[in-house]
Amino acid sequence: MKVEVDERGYYGQFGGAYIPEMLYPNVEELRLNYLDIIHQDDFQREFHYLLTEYVGRPTPLYLAERISEKYQTNIYLKREDLNHTGAHKINNTIGQILLAKRLGKQRIIAETGAGQHGVATATVCALMGIECTVFMGELDMSRQKPNVARMRLMGAEVIPATSGNKTLKDATNEAMRHWINHPEDTHYIIGSVIGPHPYPEMVAIFQSVISEEMKKQLLEKTGRDYPDHILACVGGGSNAAGAFYHYYNDQRVNLIAAEAAGHGIHSGESAATTVLGKPGILHGTRTLFMQTEDGQVIEPYSISAGLDYPGIGPVHAHLFDTGRAEFYSATDDEAMEAGMLLSKLEGIIPAIETAHALAVFEKKKFSKEDIVVVNLSGRGDKDLETYISWAKLV
Amino acid sequence: MQTETTIDNRLDQLFKTKKSSILSIYFTAGYPKLNDTVPIMEYLQDSGADIIEVGIPFSDPIADGPTIQASGNQAILQGMSVRTLLDQLQDIRKKIHIPILLMGYLNPVLQYGFEAFCEKCRQIGIDGLIIPDMPLAEYQEIYKPNMDANGLFNIFLITPQTPESRVREIDNSSRGFIYMVSSASITGAKKGISDHQIQYFQRIRDMDLKNPALIGFGISDKQSFEKACEFSRGAIIGSAFIQVLSKSVNLKEDTQNFITSIIA
Ligand SMILES: Cc1ncc(COP(=O)(O)O)c(C=O)c1O
Repeated sequence: MKVEVDERGYYGQFGGAYIPEMLYPNVEELRLNYLDIIHQDDFQREFHYLLTEYVGRPTPLYLAERISEKYQTNIYLKREDLNHTGAHKINNTIGQILLAKRLGKQRIIAETGAGQHGVATATVCALMGIECTVFMGELDMSRQKPNVARMRLMGAEVIPATSGNKTLKDATNEAMRHWINHPEDTHYIIGSVIGPHPYPEMVAIFQSVISEEMKKQLLEKTGRDYPDHILACVGGGSNAAGAFYHYYNDQRVNLIAAEAAGHGIHSGESAATTVLGKPGILHGTRTLFMQTEDGQVIEPYSISAGLDYPGIGPVHAHLFDTGRAEFYSATDDEAMEAGMLLSKLEGIIPAIETAHALAVFEKKKFSKEDIVVVNLSGRGDKDLETYISWAKLV
Repeated sequence: MQTETTIDNRLDQLFKTKKSSILSIYFTAGYPKLNDTVPIMEYLQDSGADIIEVGIPFSDPIADGPTIQASGNQAILQGMSVRTLLDQLQDIRKKIHIPILLMGYLNPVLQYGFEAFCEKCRQIGIDGLIIPDMPLAEYQEIYKPNMDANGLFNIFLITPQTPESRVREIDNSSRGFIYMVSSASITGAKKGISDHQIQYFQRIRDMDLKNPALIGFGISDKQSFEKACEFSRGAIIGSAFIQVLSKSVNLKEDTQNFITSIIA
């Protein structure tokens, strides 16, 4: 079965646009225009100019020899951590801000959990001189103070989401409500491959620069333009979608996704959606998410705020459903161990989100000839506090 | 193709017999207390409400403001669910003869099972559903047959931003009435009724739709109710009533006083 989005925004049985009528005109405007705008020459020129000159792309594809030695295989790191603002998130926000400008929007709103997407949004709004409002769960604001400060430094207004459990899903609800109340002048920059169509596909297209570069770099370095395995962590799934995108339908490439198991899959404190989730409708899309028998959304848990989302994007639900991708989950401790290991062996401190992908090497054996690309979605600077307290570093 | 049923829908009867000032009241099932659902419905009917919309609470209600969110959260904590609500409503037609609509987000209904839900609604005597996040195309392809087979009308929303062609499309797919959202907003936003909104009400009235329209969102008192009724067959009140319930010490009296304050 081919992995691609259909006219109505479905990947197999997942996706669509389950939105109240109040959001219909906004979402429809996007749906009708996003592909045309993205494919315009001047859009592509500006997008690639900014990715090169401002973000610092292409990011290196680095053969990590010491960790390859340890796991007896060939591990390449796609260094999204070296992007401006420290993660892949900015690929999407650059794309969406250019799109919003062309749609004539004057204000930007966004949701954020850990603050990485909020920072990436505040950054591009400062760059373009556009008013920016970021919704962030009140609880997350107190857990991620430096990112709140970063957003404010760059001129964004950060509004605490006080509904529900005061975390990412509630921030997403608040952003959607704000959009309902401001339908005409505002664009909502969603930070992952979630939400109503066309968001999941649009965000994946902007992130697909990751696998586009990967192809060229692999050809140069290995003589063929595809790896045997691509490994990425999945919160909503944007970095994974970007890393998989140009290989969705290349069966030579094994796609591997890593979810957060928190304190353990069945501990009651987890975010392992493909194990614990059921199909349903959340935030405008039909996908897999964690919910009670009555259909109420269950609050997820992970040590990494970026994986702390109850669902996964519809494309990942489809990759899981069809068996196109393999899904693993890593507990907090397994991820922290993996993050420490990369730091020690390669001098690269990964984001804790990313560390969940690295933890897969302890679970799956790769062969000596395999070429494995790990999407190193972000750097660990933002997670220093967590590393310090977990490893008792000071 | 419509598989019309023999059940005469109470909404059709109501709109045939009452031409103006139709009052529909929304409240959240299981609020303020889990077992208040049925008594509140009785008080509403006795006080003169024309339609009752019973809200099915959902953990992530993206179209709702703080009042309805808070009532839903409390109801969920108290044990409200689709299953519990349908149990509570089992014998409702022994007491309530006015139209009853169930309003909620799609997910809890899907988890119950859409087909089983529609059948249960027919057994109980529910007249229609308002599911704001059910897309029109999916309704037509997937959900409509079950609803039709069980005599359930689907009530669609329109907003000031809904383009004319889509209003027509929605009108063609609607039965019962059209839910005219009064402004670009979530529920509970109270701004009075502006000239801008009146232009929109007039525009829709002049389209001469097949279905009657009721205006909802931001209708909170006699003044806004009467204003809305000048341009439509009636109006819907939700958050303002839930605020009354949230402070109520005597549900019967407070419901009566509230309804009287609107329609007397
Ligand atoms: C470094 C990093 N990786 C991964 C994620 C998870 O998001 P996604 O699954 O959309 O890539 C985040 C989210 O904040 C992040 O900051």
